[in-house]
Amino acid sequence: MQTFDLEAQGLRELNATLHAQADNTNQTSWEIVNPKGSHAIAVGLDAPIEVTVRGSTGYYCGGMNQQATVNVIGSAGPGVAENMMSGKVVIEGDASQYAGATGQGGLLVIKGNASSRCGISMKGINIVVGGNIGHMAAFMGQSGNLVVCGDAGDALGDSCYEARFFVRGTVKSLGADCEKKEMRPEHIEILTELLAEAGMDAKPEEFTRYGSARNLYNFDVDNSGAY
Amino acid sequence: MCGIVGLFLKDKSLEPELGAMLTDMLVTMTDRGPDSAGIAIYGAGNDKMGKLTVQSDTPDADFSDLDQDIKAATGTAVTIRTKSTHAVLEMDATAVATVRAALSDIRPSVRVMSAGDTIEIYKEVGLPKDVAARFDVASMSGTHGIGHTRMATESAVTTMGAHPFSTGSDQCLVHNGSLSNHNSLRRKLRREGVHIESENDTEVGAAYVSHQMQLGATLGEALESSLDALDGFFTFVVGTKDGFGVVRDPIACKPAVMAETDQYVAFGSEYRALVNLPGIEDARVWEPEPATVYFWKH
Repeated sequence: MQTFDLEAQGLRELNATLHAQADNTNQTSWEIVNPKGSHAIAVGLDAPIEVTVRGSTGYYCGGMNQQATVNVIGSAGPGVAENMMSGKVVIEGDASQYAGATGQGGLLVIKGNASSRCGISMKGINIVVGGNIGHMAAFMGQSGNLVVCGDAGDALGDSCYEARFFVRGTVKSLGADCEKKEMRPEHIEILTELLAEAGMDAKPEEFTRYGSARNLYNFDVDNSGAY
Repeated sequence: MCGIVGLFLKDKSLEPELGAMLTDMLVTMTDRGPDSAGIAIYGAGNDKMGKLTVQSDTPDADFSDLDQDIKAATGTAVTIRTKSTHAVLEMDATAVATVRAALSDIRPSVRVMSAGDTIEIYKEVGLPKDVAARFDVASMSGTHGIGHTRMATESAVTTMGAHPFSTGSDQCLVHNGSLSNHNSLRRKLRREGVHIESENDTEVGAAYVSHQMQLGATLGEALESSLDALDGFFTFVVGTKDGFGVVRDPIACKPAVMAETDQYVAFGSEYRALVNLPGIEDARVWEPEPATVYFWKH
Protein backbone atom coordinates (compact mmCIF):
# COMPACT_ATOMS: atom_id res chain seq x y z
CA MET A 1 0.00 0.00 0.00
CA GLN A 2 1.14 3.53 -0.82
CA THR A 3 0.62 6.07 1.96
CA PHE A 4 0.22 9.73 1.15
CA ASP A 5 0.36 12.43 3.85
CA LEU A 6 -1.91 15.16 2.51
CA GLU A 7 -0.78 17.75 5.03
CA ALA A 8 2.90 17.24 4.18
CA GLN A 9 2.67 16.64 0.44
CA GLY A 10 -0.26 18.77 -0.66
CA LEU A 11 -3.41 18.32 -2.71
CA ARG A 12 -1.99 18.96 -6.19
CA GLU A 13 0.66 16.32 -5.72
CA LEU A 14 -1.91 13.86 -4.40
CA ASN A 15 -4.30 14.22 -7.31
CA ALA A 16 -1.49 14.35 -9.90
CA THR A 17 -0.04 11.13 -8.46
CA LEU A 18 -3.40 9.39 -8.52
CA HIS A 19 -4.14 10.65 -12.05
CA ALA A 20 -0.82 9.23 -13.21
CA GLN A 21 -1.91 5.67 -12.41
CA ALA A 22 -2.52 3.71 -15.59
CA ASP A 23 -5.24 1.06 -16.02
CA ASN A 24 -2.68 -1.67 -15.39
CA THR A 25 -0.87 -0.01 -12.49
CA ASN A 26 0.61 -2.26 -9.82
CA GLN A 27 0.05 0.38 -7.18
CA THR A 28 -3.61 -0.39 -6.67
CA SER A 29 -3.94 0.44 -3.00
CA TRP A 30 -3.56 3.97 -1.60
CA GLU A 31 -4.02 5.45 1.82
CA ILE A 32 -4.39 9.17 2.46
CA VAL A 33 -3.66 10.44 5.96
CA ASN A 34 -4.29 13.88 7.49
CA PRO A 35 -7.12 14.92 5.15
CA LYS A 36 -8.37 17.43 7.78
CA GLY A 37 -11.46 18.36 5.79
CA SER A 38 -9.51 19.41 2.68
CA HIS A 39 -11.36 19.97 -0.57
CA ALA A 40 -11.22 17.97 -3.81
CA ILE A 41 -9.47 14.88 -2.43
CA ALA A 42 -9.14 12.07 -5.00
CA VAL A 43 -11.06 13.93 -7.67
CA GLY A 44 -11.05 12.87 -11.33
CA LEU A 45 -9.56 9.41 -10.84
CA ASP A 46 -9.66 7.06 -13.84
CA ALA A 47 -7.96 3.79 -12.91
CA PRO A 48 -9.04 0.63 -11.05
CA ILE A 49 -7.35 1.63 -7.80
CA GLU A 50 -8.59 1.68 -4.21
CA VAL A 51 -8.06 4.86 -2.21
CA THR A 52 -8.76 5.02 1.52
CA VAL A 53 -8.98 8.43 3.18
CA ARG A 54 -8.35 8.25 6.94
CA GLY A 55 -10.44 11.12 8.28
CA SER A 56 -13.13 13.55 7.17
CA THR A 57 -13.07 15.35 3.83
CA GLY A 58 -14.26 18.76 2.61
CA TYR A 59 -15.96 19.73 -0.63
CA TYR A 60 -16.12 17.43 -3.69
CA CYS A 61 -14.23 14.33 -2.51
CA GLY A 62 -14.23 11.61 -5.19
CA GLY A 63 -15.84 13.89 -7.76
CA MET A 64 -15.95 12.76 -11.42
CA ASN A 65 -14.69 9.35 -10.37
CA GLN A 66 -14.22 6.61 -12.96
CA GLN A 67 -13.28 3.02 -12.11
CA ALA A 68 -11.69 3.78 -8.73
CA THR A 69 -12.96 2.87 -5.27
CA VAL A 70 -12.69 5.70 -2.74
CA ASN A 71 -13.34 4.95 0.95
CA VAL A 72 -13.68 7.77 3.44
CA ILE A 73 -13.13 6.68 7.04
CA GLY A 74 -14.93 9.74 8.35
CA SER A 75 -17.57 12.13 7.07
CA ALA A 76 -17.69 13.93 3.73
CA GLY A 77 -18.36 17.60 2.99
CA PRO A 78 -20.61 19.00 0.26
CA GLY A 79 -20.70 17.44 -3.21
CA VAL A 80 -19.08 14.09 -2.48
CA ALA A 81 -18.84 11.92 -5.63
CA GLU A 82 -20.36 14.73 -7.66
CA ASN A 83 -20.74 13.67 -11.28
CA MET A 84 -19.33 10.19 -10.68
CA MET A 85 -19.15 8.15 -13.90
CA SER A 86 -18.27 4.68 -12.57
CA GLY A 87 -16.52 2.99 -9.65
CA LYS A 88 -17.49 3.24 -6.01
CA VAL A 89 -17.32 5.85 -3.25
CA VAL A 90 -18.02 4.71 0.32
CA ILE A 91 -18.47 7.14 3.22
CA GLU A 92 -18.29 5.57 6.69
CA GLY A 93 -19.85 8.61 8.39
CA ASP A 94 -22.28 11.27 7.18
CA ALA A 95 -22.34 13.22 3.93
CA SER A 96 -23.15 16.91 3.57
CA GLN A 97 -25.40 18.45 0.93
CA TYR A 98 -25.69 17.39 -2.72
CA ALA A 99 -23.94 14.04 -2.33
CA GLY A 100 -23.71 12.25 -5.69
CA ALA A 101 -25.16 15.23 -7.57
CA THR A 102 -25.47 14.73 -11.36
CA GLY A 103 -23.76 11.31 -11.07
CA GLN A 104 -23.92 9.25 -14.23
CA GLY A 105 -22.80 5.86 -12.95
CA GLY A 106 -21.11 3.92 -10.21
CA LEU A 107 -22.20 3.39 -6.61
CA LEU A 108 -22.13 5.91 -3.77
CA VAL A 109 -22.59 4.39 -0.31
CA ILE A 110 -23.17 6.66 2.69
CA LYS A 111 -23.28 4.61 5.88
CA GLY A 112 -24.52 7.49 8.03
CA ASN A 113 -26.94 10.25 7.07
CA ALA A 114 -26.92 12.45 3.98
CA SER A 115 -28.16 16.03 4.24
CA SER A 116 -30.09 18.08 1.71
CA ARG A 117 -30.21 17.60 -2.07
CA CYS A 118 -28.71 14.10 -2.04
CA GLY A 119 -28.66 12.81 -5.63
CA ILE A 120 -29.87 16.08 -7.11
CA SER A 121 -30.11 15.70 -10.90
CA MET A 122 -28.85 12.10 -10.71
CA LYS A 123 -28.35 10.63 -14.17
CA GLY A 124 -27.65 6.96 -13.63
CA ILE A 125 -25.68 6.79 -10.39
CA ASN A 126 -26.82 4.42 -7.64
CA ILE A 127 -26.82 5.87 -4.13
CA VAL A 128 -27.37 3.83 -0.96
CA VAL A 129 -27.75 5.69 2.34
CA GLY A 130 -27.70 3.79 5.63
CA GLY A 131 -29.39 6.55 7.63
CA ASN A 132 -31.68 9.44 6.74
CA ILE A 133 -31.58 11.98 3.94
CA GLY A 134 -32.53 15.67 4.00
CA HIS A 135 -34.85 17.76 1.89
CA MET A 136 -35.02 18.05 -1.92
CA ALA A 137 -33.33 14.69 -2.51
CA ALA A 138 -33.05 13.64 -6.16
CA PHE A 139 -34.55 16.90 -7.41
CA MET A 140 -34.92 16.46 -11.19
CA GLY A 141 -33.42 12.98 -10.92
CA GLN A 142 -33.24 11.46 -14.38
CA SER A 143 -32.12 7.88 -13.87
CA GLY A 144 -30.43 5.60 -11.37
CA ASN A 145 -31.54 4.43 -7.94
CA LEU A 146 -31.58 6.20 -4.58
CA VAL A 147 -31.93 3.78 -1.66
CA VAL A 148 -32.61 5.16 1.82
CA CYS A 149 -32.57 2.79 4.78
CA GLY A 150 -33.85 5.49 7.13
CA ASP A 151 -36.23 8.39 6.53
CA ALA A 152 -36.42 10.98 3.75
CA GLY A 153 -36.98 14.73 4.28
CA ASP A 154 -39.26 17.15 2.48
CA ALA A 155 -39.88 17.20 -1.27
CA LEU A 156 -38.37 13.84 -2.22
CA GLY A 157 -37.96 13.49 -5.98
CA ASP A 158 -39.36 16.88 -6.91
CA SER A 159 -39.74 17.20 -10.71
CA CYS A 160 -38.07 13.84 -11.20
CA TYR A 161 -37.83 11.96 -14.47
CA GLU A 162 -37.03 8.24 -14.42
CA ALA A 163 -34.86 7.86 -11.30
CA ARG A 164 -36.19 5.32 -8.74
CA PHE A 165 -36.35 5.94 -5.02
CA PHE A 166 -36.59 3.24 -2.38
CA VAL A 167 -37.22 4.40 1.18
CA ARG A 168 -37.49 2.08 4.18
CA GLY A 169 -38.68 4.66 6.71
CA THR A 170 -40.97 7.64 6.42
CA VAL A 171 -41.01 10.33 3.76
CA LYS A 172 -41.73 13.77 5.19
CA SER A 173 -43.24 14.93 1.91
CA LEU A 174 -43.06 14.09 -1.77
CA GLY A 175 -41.98 16.72 -4.28
CA ALA A 176 -44.03 17.82 -7.28
CA ASP A 177 -44.91 14.92 -9.58
CA CYS A 178 -43.32 12.27 -7.35
CA GLU A 179 -45.57 9.43 -6.21
CA LYS A 180 -45.60 6.16 -4.35
CA LYS A 181 -45.31 3.15 -6.66
CA GLU A 182 -45.83 -0.56 -6.57
CA MET A 183 -42.85 -2.81 -5.71
CA ARG A 184 -42.69 -5.38 -8.47
CA PRO A 185 -40.32 -8.38 -8.55
CA GLU A 186 -37.85 -6.53 -10.77
CA HIS A 187 -37.60 -3.77 -8.15
CA ILE A 188 -36.98 -6.27 -5.36
CA GLU A 189 -34.23 -7.68 -7.53
CA ILE A 190 -32.58 -4.29 -8.13
CA LEU A 191 -32.83 -3.44 -4.44
CA THR A 192 -31.48 -6.81 -3.28
CA GLU A 193 -28.42 -6.34 -5.45
CA LEU A 194 -27.79 -2.74 -4.36
CA LEU A 195 -28.18 -3.51 -0.65
CA ALA A 196 -25.78 -6.43 -0.98
CA GLU A 197 -23.24 -4.39 -2.91
CA ALA A 198 -23.46 -1.62 -0.33
CA GLY A 199 -23.17 -4.05 2.56
CA MET A 200 -26.44 -2.89 4.11
CA ASP A 201 -28.34 -5.21 6.39
CA ALA A 202 -31.91 -4.42 5.33
CA LYS A 203 -34.72 -6.43 3.80
CA PRO A 204 -35.86 -5.26 0.35
CA GLU A 205 -39.49 -6.03 1.26
CA GLU A 206 -39.41 -3.30 3.91
CA PHE A 207 -38.90 -0.54 1.35
CA THR A 208 -41.44 1.56 -0.53
CA ARG A 209 -40.77 2.63 -4.08
CA TYR A 210 -41.36 6.19 -5.29
CA GLY A 211 -40.93 7.68 -8.72
CA SER A 212 -42.25 10.07 -11.30
CA ALA A 213 -45.99 10.36 -11.92
CA ARG A 214 -44.87 11.49 -15.41
CA ASN A 215 -47.36 14.35 -15.50
CA LEU A 216 -44.86 17.15 -15.33
CA TYR A 217 -42.46 16.25 -18.09
CA ASN A 218 -44.97 15.12 -20.68
CA PHE A 219 -46.68 17.69 -22.82
CA ASP A 220 -50.28 18.25 -21.83
CA VAL A 221 -52.46 20.20 -24.24
CA ASP A 222 -54.18 21.88 -21.27
CA ASN A 223 -50.87 23.55 -20.44
CA SER A 224 -50.25 24.87 -23.95
CA GLY A 225 -51.04 28.40 -22.81
CA ALA A 226 -47.99 28.29 -20.54
CA TYR A 227 -45.52 27.91 -23.41
CA MET B 1 -19.43 32.59 0.49
CA CYS B 2 -18.21 34.04 3.86
CA GLY B 3 -16.79 31.93 6.65
CA ILE B 4 -18.14 31.64 10.16
CA VAL B 5 -16.58 30.14 13.26
CA GLY B 6 -17.95 29.99 16.77
CA LEU B 7 -16.92 28.50 20.05
CA PHE B 8 -18.98 28.16 23.22
CA LEU B 9 -16.91 26.78 26.08
CA LYS B 10 -18.32 24.48 28.73
CA ASP B 11 -14.96 23.72 30.31
CA LYS B 12 -13.62 26.73 32.23
CA SER B 13 -10.03 25.51 31.87
CA LEU B 14 -10.21 26.30 28.14
CA GLU B 15 -11.23 29.93 28.69
CA PRO B 16 -7.67 31.34 28.52
CA GLU B 17 -7.34 29.63 25.10
CA LEU B 18 -10.57 31.00 23.58
CA GLY B 19 -8.95 33.76 21.52
CA ALA B 20 -6.18 31.49 20.23
CA MET B 21 -8.62 28.72 19.29
CA LEU B 22 -11.00 31.11 17.53
CA THR B 23 -8.15 32.80 15.67
CA ASP B 24 -6.90 29.45 14.36
CA MET B 25 -10.41 28.50 13.28
CA LEU B 26 -11.01 31.83 11.55
CA VAL B 27 -7.69 31.89 9.70
CA THR B 28 -8.52 28.42 8.30
CA MET B 29 -11.68 29.93 6.78
CA THR B 30 -9.79 32.77 5.03
CA ASP B 31 -10.44 31.50 1.50
CA ARG B 32 -14.20 31.68 2.07
CA GLY B 33 -13.96 35.47 2.19
CA PRO B 34 -10.87 37.67 2.24
CA ASP B 35 -12.56 41.12 2.31
CA SER B 36 -12.80 41.78 6.01
CA ALA B 37 -12.81 39.92 9.27
CA GLY B 38 -14.21 40.36 12.73
CA ILE B 39 -14.44 38.65 16.04
CA ALA B 40 -16.69 39.00 19.08
CA ILE B 41 -15.32 37.78 22.39
CA TYR B 42 -17.34 37.43 25.57
CA GLY B 43 -14.77 37.92 28.30
CA ALA B 44 -14.84 37.85 32.04
CA GLY B 45 -17.64 40.01 33.34
CA ASN B 46 -18.36 42.07 36.37
CA ASP B 47 -22.06 42.87 36.65
CA LYS B 48 -21.38 46.35 37.96
CA MET B 49 -19.11 47.34 35.07
CA GLY B 50 -20.03 47.87 31.43
CA LYS B 51 -17.96 48.11 28.27
CA LEU B 52 -18.10 49.99 25.00
CA THR B 53 -15.85 48.87 22.18
CA VAL B 54 -15.30 51.76 19.79
CA GLN B 55 -13.45 52.19 16.51
CA SER B 56 -11.84 55.11 14.74
CA ASP B 57 -10.03 55.56 11.44
CA THR B 58 -7.85 58.15 13.22
CA PRO B 59 -7.28 56.43 16.56
CA ASP B 60 -4.36 58.60 17.67
CA ALA B 61 -6.41 61.76 17.49
CA ASP B 62 -9.71 60.27 18.64
CA PHE B 63 -8.51 58.15 21.56
CA SER B 64 -6.11 60.60 23.17
CA ASP B 65 -7.70 62.15 26.26
CA LEU B 66 -10.99 60.44 25.41
CA ASP B 67 -11.40 59.28 29.02
CA GLN B 68 -10.94 62.83 30.31
CA ASP B 69 -13.32 64.28 27.74
CA ILE B 70 -15.99 61.70 28.67
CA LYS B 71 -15.50 62.53 32.34
CA ALA B 72 -15.87 66.24 31.59
CA ALA B 73 -19.01 65.74 29.49
CA THR B 74 -20.83 63.13 31.56
CA GLY B 75 -19.13 62.99 34.93
CA THR B 76 -18.46 59.27 34.38
CA ALA B 77 -15.09 57.79 35.16
CA VAL B 78 -13.93 55.50 32.35
CA THR B 79 -10.80 53.48 31.78
CA ILE B 80 -9.58 53.15 28.21
CA ARG B 81 -7.66 50.27 26.63
CA THR B 82 -6.50 51.04 23.10
CA LYS B 83 -5.88 48.28 20.57
CA SER B 84 -4.91 49.62 17.13
CA THR B 85 -8.05 51.20 15.62
CA HIS B 86 -10.25 50.02 18.48
CA ALA B 87 -10.56 51.01 22.11
CA VAL B 88 -12.45 49.41 24.98
CA LEU B 89 -14.00 51.86 27.40
CA GLU B 90 -14.96 50.47 30.79
CA MET B 91 -17.30 52.26 33.16
CA ASP B 92 -20.08 51.77 35.63
CA ALA B 93 -22.70 49.61 33.91
CA THR B 94 -25.44 52.16 34.53
CA ALA B 95 -23.51 54.85 32.62
CA VAL B 96 -23.01 52.98 29.33
CA ALA B 97 -26.02 54.52 27.57
CA THR B 98 -25.13 58.05 28.68
CA VAL B 99 -21.51 57.70 27.56
CA ARG B 100 -22.57 56.19 24.25
CA ALA B 101 -24.90 59.11 23.60
CA ALA B 102 -22.23 61.63 24.56
CA LEU B 103 -19.65 60.04 22.25
CA SER B 104 -21.36 61.30 19.12
CA ASP B 105 -20.78 64.89 20.31
CA ILE B 106 -17.34 64.43 21.83
CA ARG B 107 -15.91 62.29 19.01
CA PRO B 108 -18.23 62.28 15.97
CA SER B 109 -15.86 60.07 13.95
CA VAL B 110 -15.81 57.28 16.54
CA ARG B 111 -18.07 54.31 15.80
CA VAL B 112 -19.47 51.98 18.46
CA MET B 113 -18.74 48.31 17.68
CA SER B 114 -20.44 46.84 20.74
CA ALA B 115 -21.87 47.66 24.13
CA GLY B 116 -22.55 45.43 27.10
CA ASP B 117 -21.12 43.80 30.19
CA THR B 118 -18.76 41.28 28.63
CA ILE B 119 -18.77 41.63 24.83
CA GLU B 120 -15.89 43.12 22.84
CA ILE B 121 -16.03 43.27 19.02
CA TYR B 122 -13.01 43.86 16.80
CA LYS B 123 -13.49 44.09 13.06
CA GLU B 124 -11.63 45.63 10.14
CA VAL B 125 -11.08 45.31 6.41
CA GLY B 126 -8.33 42.77 5.69
CA LEU B 127 -7.44 39.10 5.99
CA PRO B 128 -8.36 37.21 9.17
CA LYS B 129 -4.72 36.64 10.11
CA ASP B 130 -3.95 40.37 9.83
CA VAL B 131 -7.09 41.48 11.65
CA ALA B 132 -6.54 38.93 14.43
CA ALA B 133 -2.88 39.96 14.81
CA ARG B 134 -3.75 43.66 14.83
CA PHE B 135 -6.00 43.21 17.86
CA ASP B 136 -3.99 40.37 19.43
CA VAL B 137 -7.15 38.27 19.55
CA ALA B 138 -5.08 35.14 20.23
CA SER B 139 -4.20 36.38 23.72
CA MET B 140 -7.81 37.00 24.72
CA SER B 141 -9.66 34.78 27.12
CA GLY B 142 -13.40 34.38 27.35
CA THR B 143 -16.41 32.13 27.73
CA HIS B 144 -17.58 32.17 24.12
CA GLY B 145 -16.83 33.93 20.86
CA ILE B 146 -17.82 34.24 17.22
CA GLY B 147 -15.66 35.05 14.19
CA HIS B 148 -16.47 35.93 10.60
CA THR B 149 -14.53 36.39 7.39
CA ARG B 150 -16.46 38.22 4.71
CA MET B 151 -16.98 37.95 0.99
CA ALA B 152 -19.10 41.04 0.42
CA THR B 153 -22.22 40.88 -1.74
CA GLU B 154 -24.88 43.21 -0.36
CA SER B 155 -22.92 46.25 0.79
CA ALA B 156 -19.47 47.85 0.46
CA VAL B 157 -16.25 46.45 1.92
CA THR B 158 -15.88 48.75 4.91
CA THR B 159 -15.28 48.40 8.64
CA MET B 160 -18.95 49.00 9.31
CA GLY B 161 -19.95 46.40 6.73
CA ALA B 162 -17.81 43.75 8.45
CA HIS B 163 -19.34 41.24 10.85
CA PRO B 164 -20.15 40.65 13.73
CA PHE B 165 -22.99 43.15 14.00
CA SER B 166 -24.07 44.17 17.46
CA THR B 167 -27.52 45.69 17.74
CA GLY B 168 -28.25 45.14 21.41
CA SER B 169 -26.43 44.98 24.70
CA ASP B 170 -24.06 41.98 24.71
CA GLN B 171 -25.67 40.71 21.51
CA CYS B 172 -23.97 39.95 18.22
CA LEU B 173 -24.76 38.17 14.98
CA VAL B 174 -22.75 36.94 12.01
CA HIS B 175 -24.19 35.80 8.71
CA ASN B 176 -23.30 33.72 5.69
CA GLY B 177 -25.74 34.38 2.87
CA SER B 178 -27.77 37.31 1.64
CA LEU B 179 -31.14 38.66 2.70
CA SER B 180 -33.54 39.79 0.00
CA ASN B 181 -36.10 41.69 2.09
CA HIS B 182 -33.65 43.78 4.10
CA ASN B 183 -34.73 47.12 2.65
CA SER B 184 -38.38 46.75 3.55
CA LEU B 185 -37.60 45.24 6.93
CA ARG B 186 -35.12 48.06 7.68
CA ARG B 187 -37.84 50.63 6.98
CA LYS B 188 -40.27 48.74 9.18
CA LEU B 189 -37.82 48.42 12.07
CA ARG B 190 -36.83 52.09 11.81
CA ARG B 191 -40.50 53.07 12.00
CA GLU B 192 -40.64 51.09 15.22
CA GLY B 193 -37.74 53.11 16.57
CA VAL B 194 -34.94 50.60 16.02
CA HIS B 195 -31.55 52.20 15.31
CA ILE B 196 -29.87 50.71 12.21
CA GLU B 197 -26.61 52.28 11.09
CA SER B 198 -25.72 50.80 7.72
CA GLU B 199 -27.23 49.68 4.43
CA ASN B 200 -25.98 46.17 5.12
CA ASP B 201 -28.44 43.26 4.98
CA THR B 202 -26.98 41.42 7.96
CA GLU B 203 -27.34 44.39 10.27
CA VAL B 204 -31.08 44.26 9.59
CA GLY B 205 -31.15 40.57 10.55
CA ALA B 206 -29.24 41.36 13.73
CA ALA B 207 -31.51 44.32 14.53
CA TYR B 208 -34.57 42.15 13.98
CA VAL B 209 -33.34 39.53 16.46
CA SER B 210 -32.36 42.21 19.03
CA HIS B 211 -35.73 43.91 18.63
CA GLN B 212 -37.58 40.65 19.24
CA MET B 213 -35.52 40.07 22.38
CA GLN B 214 -36.24 43.61 23.53
CA LEU B 215 -39.94 42.82 23.16
CA GLY B 216 -39.44 39.89 25.52
CA ALA B 217 -38.50 36.95 23.32
CA THR B 218 -35.75 34.55 24.36
CA LEU B 219 -32.83 34.04 22.00
CA GLY B 220 -34.46 30.82 20.82
CA GLU B 221 -37.82 32.48 20.20
CA ALA B 222 -36.21 35.42 18.40
CA LEU B 223 -34.33 33.08 16.07
CA GLU B 224 -37.49 31.05 15.52
CA SER B 225 -39.43 34.14 14.41
CA SER B 226 -36.56 35.24 12.13
CA LEU B 227 -37.37 32.20 9.98
CA ASP B 228 -40.69 33.82 9.06
CA ALA B 229 -39.57 37.44 8.99
CA LEU B 230 -36.45 37.10 6.88
CA ASP B 231 -36.39 36.18 3.21
CA GLY B 232 -33.17 35.00 1.63
CA PHE B 233 -30.25 32.77 2.38
CA PHE B 234 -28.80 32.66 5.81
CA THR B 235 -26.79 30.71 8.24
CA PHE B 236 -26.68 32.85 11.39
CA VAL B 237 -24.56 32.39 14.47
CA VAL B 238 -25.65 34.58 17.36
CA GLY B 239 -24.11 35.41 20.72
CA THR B 240 -25.65 36.82 23.88
CA LYS B 241 -24.07 37.42 27.28
CA ASP B 242 -24.54 33.80 28.29
CA GLY B 243 -25.89 32.17 25.14
CA PHE B 244 -24.88 30.95 21.72
CA GLY B 245 -27.35 30.18 18.92
CA VAL B 246 -27.40 28.87 15.35
CA VAL B 247 -30.14 28.94 12.73
CA ARG B 248 -30.21 28.21 8.98
CA ASP B 249 -32.89 29.15 6.47
CA PRO B 250 -35.19 26.36 5.20
CA ILE B 251 -33.20 25.87 1.97
CA ALA B 252 -29.95 25.60 3.94
CA CYS B 253 -27.53 25.96 1.07
CA LYS B 254 -25.05 27.93 3.19
CA PRO B 255 -22.85 25.33 4.84
CA ALA B 256 -22.61 24.63 8.54
CA VAL B 257 -20.92 22.01 10.67
CA MET B 258 -21.14 21.71 14.43
CA ALA B 259 -19.18 19.72 16.97
CA GLU B 260 -19.93 19.12 20.62
CA THR B 261 -17.86 17.56 23.38
CA ASP B 262 -17.97 17.82 27.17
CA GLN B 263 -15.63 20.80 26.80
CA TYR B 264 -17.26 22.92 24.08
CA VAL B 265 -19.80 23.48 21.34
CA ALA B 266 -18.13 24.60 18.11
CA PHE B 267 -19.42 25.93 14.81
CA GLY B 268 -17.62 26.09 11.47
CA SER B 269 -18.72 26.86 7.91
CA GLU B 270 -16.61 23.83 7.07
CA TYR B 271 -15.20 20.91 9.01
CA ARG B 272 -11.71 22.24 8.20
CA ALA B 273 -12.26 24.98 10.77
CA LEU B 274 -12.76 22.44 13.54
CA VAL B 275 -9.92 19.98 12.92
CA ASN B 276 -7.49 21.44 15.47
CA LEU B 277 -9.93 21.58 18.38
CA PRO B 278 -9.05 19.33 21.32
CA GLY B 279 -10.83 15.98 21.22
CA ILE B 280 -12.42 16.61 17.82
CA GLU B 281 -11.82 12.97 16.84
CA ASP B 282 -14.33 11.87 19.47
CA ALA B 283 -16.70 14.85 19.23
CA ARG B 284 -20.29 14.52 18.09
CA VAL B 285 -20.09 16.20 14.68
CA TRP B 286 -23.27 17.06 12.79
CA GLU B 287 -24.81 19.40 10.28
CA PRO B 288 -27.50 21.67 11.76
CA GLU B 289 -30.91 20.95 10.23
CA PRO B 290 -32.61 23.57 8.05
CA ALA B 291 -35.11 25.90 9.73
CA THR B 292 -34.16 24.56 13.13
CA VAL B 293 -33.01 26.71 16.02
CA TYR B 294 -30.11 25.53 18.16
CA PHE B 295 -28.96 27.35 21.25
CA TRP B 296 -26.87 26.77 24.29
CA LYS B 297 -26.74 28.70 27.55
CA HIS B 298 -24.20 28.96 30.33
